[in-house]
Amino acid sequence: MNPIVVQHISKQYKSVEALKDISFEVKAGELFGLIGPDGAGKTTLFRVLTTLLLADTGKAFVNGRDVVKDYKLIRREVGYMPGRFSLYQDLTVEENLKFFATIFNTSIKENYDLIRDIYVQIEPFKKRPAGKLSGGMKQKLALCCALVHKPEVLFLDEPTTGVDPVSRKEFWEMLQRLKSKGIAILVSTPYMDEANLCDQVALMQNGQLLQINTPKGVVDSFAQPMWAIRADNMYQLISTARAFEDTQSCYAFGDSLHITLTNGTAQEEALATYLKEKNPGLTMERIQPGIEDCFMYLMKN
Amino acid sequence: MRTILYLLQKEFLQIFRNKAMLPIITVMPIVQLLILSFAANYEIKNMNIAIVDQDLSPYSKRLSQKMVASGYFRLAYQSMNADEAYEELASDRADLVMVIPRHFERDLIKHDESSIQLLVNAINGTKAGLANGYANVIIQQFNNEIRTEWFALDPKDGPAHFEITFSNWYNQGMNYRIFMVPGLLVVLVTMIGAFLSGMNIVKEKEIGTIEQLNVTPIRKSHFIIGKLLPFWLIGLLEMAVGLMVGKIVFDIPFLGSIGLLFLFSGIYLWVMLGLGLLISTFTETQQQAMFISWFFMVIFILMSGLFTPIESMPGWAQKMTLFNPLMYFVKVIRMVLLKGSGWAQVQWFFGVMVLFAIAMNTVAVLNYRKTV
Repeated sequence: MNPIVVQHISKQYKSVEALKDISFEVKAGELFGLIGPDGAGKTTLFRVLTTLLLADTGKAFVNGRDVVKDYKLIRREVGYMPGRFSLYQDLTVEENLKFFATIFNTSIKENYDLIRDIYVQIEPFKKRPAGKLSGGMKQKLALCCALVHKPEVLFLDEPTTGVDPVSRKEFWEMLQRLKSKGIAILVSTPYMDEANLCDQVALMQNGQLLQINTPKGVVDSFAQPMWAIRADNMYQLISTARAFEDTQSCYAFGDSLHITLTNGTAQEEALATYLKEKNPGLTMERIQPGIEDCFMYLMKN
Repeated sequence: MRTILYLLQKEFLQIFRNKAMLPIITVMPIVQLLILSFAANYEIKNMNIAIVDQDLSPYSKRLSQKMVASGYFRLAYQSMNADEAYEELASDRADLVMVIPRHFERDLIKHDESSIQLLVNAINGTKAGLANGYANVIIQQFNNEIRTEWFALDPKDGPAHFEITFSNWYNQGMNYRIFMVPGLLVVLVTMIGAFLSGMNIVKEKEIGTIEQLNVTPIRKSHFIIGKLLPFWLIGLLEMAVGLMVGKIVFDIPFLGSIGLLFLFSGIYLWVMLGLGLLISTFTETQQQAMFISWFFMVIFILMSGLFTPIESMPGWAQKMTLFNPLMYFVKVIRMVLLKGSGWAQVQWFFGVMVLFAIAMNTVAVLNYRKTV
């Protein structure tokens, strides 16, 4: 059985359906990304899998154990990093780590090789209270604390939210190294660009999984031709482009607009002439859609 | 065991690192004990009296002097005009007015009867009662004196009468502080128990650490013991410090067994810690926990017999106090310290307290969940 198996999980909060029939599996040594906007149900799913919340229907297994019946064993074997920084701000880096090692009945020394790569980066600040660390450092410490008992499965709920781009990149590099040690990792993120760094990604919206695929698979399944357009007046460009009758989708992406048409390339010429008339300085080029374009498309439909 | 020890170590580390917590535990109780003991005083002296003497006779002057010389009253105003004296009362410059009417002496001698008017400001009922009481006793004494004089007798040979003598047991000098300090100590210990423990647990919820902790093999019982035991120890320490302050500053008597008192405190603290734990199970923020603790605390303190005797409460309220752990502790600490009561006298209270401790903690533990 795979380390994480989720079968038809649903969860309802009063009138809100937080999870709707979710099913997926994560293999050992796989980095599985859960991509979705705020409120998609990612945290609820994490809470179900980390035995903090009971699902209404469906079954889930972590490390081969039932999340309802064997919750005690699961709590021993998984590492969990909640979305909110959840360490003791008034304890130092070292004390936090020692605390979590002790309650898992282990010591920092015992599993030092697993956390060494990460810990050496925060070790210079080991006497500093956790609350006084920078955002990136906090996340590294939280990861250390989640790893100190050598978990088989790692749950990371939005570990890079609110972290600077450099630290984000470093954090993902750490995850790649952990993955190579055979740990199954389920990570959620609202940043679509991070999807490319996962082995499998699932796009989540309104409690539903829209697609589960490899990042490459997601891009390949996106059959729409796409153009990037730019003009001197971007605001005017977006309103005119959206007014074009064959425009299927058009949204700002970095410093240009990405646009797709309802019937592929057939109206490419018409669009170009239409836009040129109204937008001085127009450039238009055919591009290969990225994973973010695919998600934008999936979420719209 | 190792887990519990480490949890304790972590708790103490956090308590001593908290800049607000340390003064709350060390300075606050002592200051509170000192201030409250001096301030919460029901001995009323120096009440302001306005005397309207319309007779200006030797007797009326003698009565006025007797009033002022008693030490309970301070002459705030004197005139012959009653209306002006009422004005004094209305403007709060006088607490009571005594009006001695014209022909006071003449009527007393001729008709063997005379009247005096006493007007007491009764906004503060206790004070008014005392003022009225003191004044009555003084007038009574005055009455007896002049009657003995008329017979020109030695008071001892006077007409048959009996005199009441009394002795104040357990508090010879009727020292109010000896009565109050033990009770205030109870309040301090209660604060530590119910307030701090509850807030400390809720803090884990508020800052989110509980979510991380719940996904660990940490046992519910270990977590709870780790959270409550530090405050149990601090509570007992507080008790010891408070008793020392009481002894050194107020010279309160230690007639009974201190060991017995600490044993009772220990059980009592478990009740309060259980209450704190229970409050923490259904609150999400420290603010909520504090307000709910405060709600219970006010009721407990006001209905504990600390400031007002339980015997003067209405029947239903007296029955309610049976469920007030503070009431038992206030009673026991006064009994043990002032009366020297031993096990035989307080065993019933021990039984009740043990029941409270078991009930409170069972409900609290059952209500505590390691889930969100």
